[in-house]
Amino acid sequence: MSESADWTAGHEAILYQSCESCGTTQYFRRAFCAACGAAGVVEKRASGEGRVYATSLVCRAATAETRAHVPYNIVLIDTVEGFRMMAHGERELAIGDEVAARFAPFAGRIVPYFTKRK
Amino acid sequence: MSFIAGVGLTSFGRHEGLSSLDLMSRAAELALADAGLARSEIDGILCGYSTVSPHIMLATVFAEHFGIRPSYAHAVQVGGATGLAMAMLAHHLVDAGVVRHMLVVAGENRLTGQSRDAAIQALAQVGHPDYEVPLGPTIPAYYGLVASRYMHEYGVTEEDLAEFAVLMRKHALAHPGAQFREPISVADVMASKPVALPLKLLDCCPVSDGGAAFVVSREPAGDIQVRVRGCAQAHTHQHVTAAPALRELGAEIAIARAKAISGIEIADVRYAAVYDSFTITLAMLLEDLGLAKRGEAAARVRSGHFDCRGEMPLNTHGGLLSYGHCGVGGAMAHLVETHLQMTERAGARQVRDASIALLHGDGGVLSSHVSMFWERVR
Repeated sequence: MSESADWTAGHEAILYQSCESCGTTQYFRRAFCAACGAAGVVEKRASGEGRVYATSLVCRAATAETRAHVPYNIVLIDTVEGFRMMAHGERELAIGDEVAARFAPFAGRIVPYFTKRK
Repeated sequence: MSFIAGVGLTSFGRHEGLSSLDLMSRAAELALADAGLARSEIDGILCGYSTVSPHIMLATVFAEHFGIRPSYAHAVQVGGATGLAMAMLAHHLVDAGVVRHMLVVAGENRLTGQSRDAAIQALAQVGHPDYEVPLGPTIPAYYGLVASRYMHEYGVTEEDLAEFAVLMRKHALAHPGAQFREPISVADVMASKPVALPLKLLDCCPVSDGGAAFVVSREPAGDIQVRVRGCAQAHTHQHVTAAPALRELGAEIAIARAKAISGIEIADVRYAAVYDSFTITLAMLLEDLGLAKRGEAAARVRSGHFDCRGEMPLNTHGGLLSYGHCGVGGAMAHLVETHLQMTERAGARQVRDASIALLHGDGGVLSSHVSMFWERVR
């Protein structure tokens, strides 16, 4: 597969895949649908909106690069498009909060960063 | 049919100057002596992995080093579930007549062989390389995420989780081989340094040096025999991002299969050996396995249910949380302790009746599960 044009490759975007056969959405890129095995998956751009599923505030990091950022909040977000993703978020986020994505620098790259929707 | 013929366990903690092979060898020596077997009688070897000394053929590296020419040998990698996965494989291979005496061994100088940062960093790589690892999570953060959700859904508190650390420490006090032998309180756990909230330092198992081994044989050994009654696995995902809902995790699937295969019910179980990489791991697994109702495992800890003298003695050596965690050997210490309890050799820690044991391992982020029942036969 060609390189993704999303945050994992330095672009300010969250992409996901949608299966043309069964309609399942998936976040981790692959050449097929992991739910039904069909080859027809189309790449779509996510709105960046979702809801907080889980949070963990990292206070002890393992590398010099990431240690410069502690504490940072790792979150799992259930997106409105139906897939779950890991990202960073505001410290104050609580499970169930409705959130929107922007992008923030982290350890030499950009990562999705969720804040509470006003 | 297969029997656990002998067990071996080193102390956990610092073993300055010892390599992974040294620690594997020490544990293997102890297990062979316990089983009353000579090296020449071992015809199969299963071993775990070493993050300090990775090798694509660790089982044959060990066999050569230890002085065995087995007819069957390879390594197994299922993270924290590796020990029980090897026990399951050994059971089936012995039962099928492929191997007569299978030596299962693991050991690692995980504490002194590398920096703590290197250990934490190596383990964090179980995360997705593109979609998780760049975000700087650690293993405690993966479990911290699960903890936050579990606490949210079932009303479990940080104080509840702390109870499991206190219990494992209380058990470790009675084992001379344990890495941590100073008593701790719930307040100590609550006041310990934040690692990946809601998990704090004392909610997390340590990094240790150590080794563990056991022999699975076709013939019983000793006056009191321990046989494998049934086992099963379940693998629902690898990465926490792809984990199913809490109600659909693999522990419930694996235990249901193991119960169906063995005909054993939770009400029959008299001793429990459950993976405890973090306090949340132990709390969740106890409830997933049916050893406590949802959200009630901590209350059962407080009431003494899981004490050595309680109704369901649990990890009486102190578990990963206080005996220590040297990688694959860490969870194998649970198997060794279970065998000592079932054969009435646990000394001051001896429980009243360990006639039927439930053992459960978890690898990854609640990704891979192995449930197993052992039965004592006189």
